[in-house]
Amino acid sequence: MQALAVRDITKSFGPVRALRGVTLTVARGEALAIFGPNGAGKTTLLKIASTLMRPSSGQVLLFGADPSQAPHLRRLIGMVSHHSYLYPGLTGLENLLFTARLYGCSDAEARAEAMLAAVGLAGRGGDLVRTYSRGMTQRLSIARALVHDPQILLLDEPYTGLDRSSAAAFTELLMAMRGSRTIVLTTHSIEQGVALSDRVAILVDGVVAYEAGNGAGDVRTIERVYAECVGVPA
Amino acid sequence: MSALAVVRQLLWKDLLLELRTREILTAMTVFAMLVAVVFNFAFSPSPQDALRLLPGMLWVTLAFASTLGLSRSFVLERDQQCLEALRLFPFDPGLIYAGKLLSNLLALLAVEILLLPALAVIAGVPLLGHIGALAAVLLLGSVGLVAVGTLFSAMSVNTRIREVLLPVLLFPLAAPVLISGVRSTLGILAGRPWADVLPGVRLLVAFDVIFVVVGYLIFEYVVEE
Repeated sequence: MQALAVRDITKSFGPVRALRGVTLTVARGEALAIFGPNGAGKTTLLKIASTLMRPSSGQVLLFGADPSQAPHLRRLIGMVSHHSYLYPGLTGLENLLFTARLYGCSDAEARAEAMLAAVGLAGRGGDLVRTYSRGMTQRLSIARALVHDPQILLLDEPYTGLDRSSAAAFTELLMAMRGSRTIVLTTHSIEQGVALSDRVAILVDGVVAYEAGNGAGDVRTIERVYAECVGVPA
Repeated sequence: MSALAVVRQLLWKDLLLELRTREILTAMTVFAMLVAVVFNFAFSPSPQDALRLLPGMLWVTLAFASTLGLSRSFVLERDQQCLEALRLFPFDPGLIYAGKLLSNLLALLAVEILLLPALAVIAGVPLLGHIGALAAVLLLGSVGLVAVGTLFSAMSVNTRIREVLLPVLLFPLAAPVLISGVRSTLGILAGRPWADVLPGVRLLVAFDVIFVVVGYLIFEYVVEE
């Protein structure tokens, strides 16, 4: 079954056409990595898929249903954005509790504490987020996206700000979810994207320039295809 | 999750943040007190004039003070795009408006609780005898002010000139609230019959209902990218 489908999506900001007829489907339990240069439309695509932004035309379906007609479907989505979505004046634990409660989690306290431990922040849960480092904030932001146990994870460059050990821990967390969660990930690291995904897509100037299963090639091959699509030497 | 539980959570978050920083309440209270003192020095009202001037002083002070709080209320949602995060939750975005309206209303009511006795002392007008009716009119007027102000605050938060834009948008639309508030307050303090005060109160109720409902319904489109 398709967990997420975007069909012939276009999005314009005035004269700028950010997306031009993007069609992508992601099956339940599948992981899709989207690569593309800055300004290719990756973030716009994730915002449309998450229901944060209406497309100019086209359709988004979550498990076959239109989320604009069924807002409760947003509960299925967990999102990591360029921004942390965290309140600096609340503690890490308060941020997660706030999120878990608004998603209607019956065991909000337990979920919040479990997620703090999962991202290695159990000892700092009582500290205000404004005292966190960039990496810690990103880890908490990831915990925030996962606290309500979403079926679909939309991750917009989630490795930004993570040091090597935090990135490895996050990769481990995602690996543990592979197969049970649907993951759509945008990243500039082809190596990380390929390692985490079942399929890859390359977005250039608002168009899907390439799409294939990981069986279609190793990291070197994808890097070469990416270079061809983007028009820079590999 | 029920709408009430959602609004309670949103309110809890705003109150907790405000309790930690006291940014909004302190600014609004200090500003309101200063304006009240300046008015008193500017007019130096006699006891007869004080009764006539106090309603205007009260409502103009509240209108100015409310813009300070309203302009800040969405700033804490903007810094890390938390407003965007709120829109990801599986509930009607109108509830975000309801939560913000309530937290803004509580801040304004808190200022009023401090301002009213201060004005009574400064202007030398006894208010205790009319406190029930006065509180009702203040509550109705405050709901109207924050109903419009919360909506405009959300609209202006991502602009560079939000501190300028908010009062420019708010005051013309909130004029019926201010005029009715002043007239009703004057009627109450002057001990006029209830029939004289009622038209202003009715207008405040109508304004509140219209703008709370409109704000709730259009908030989704106001904050959409």
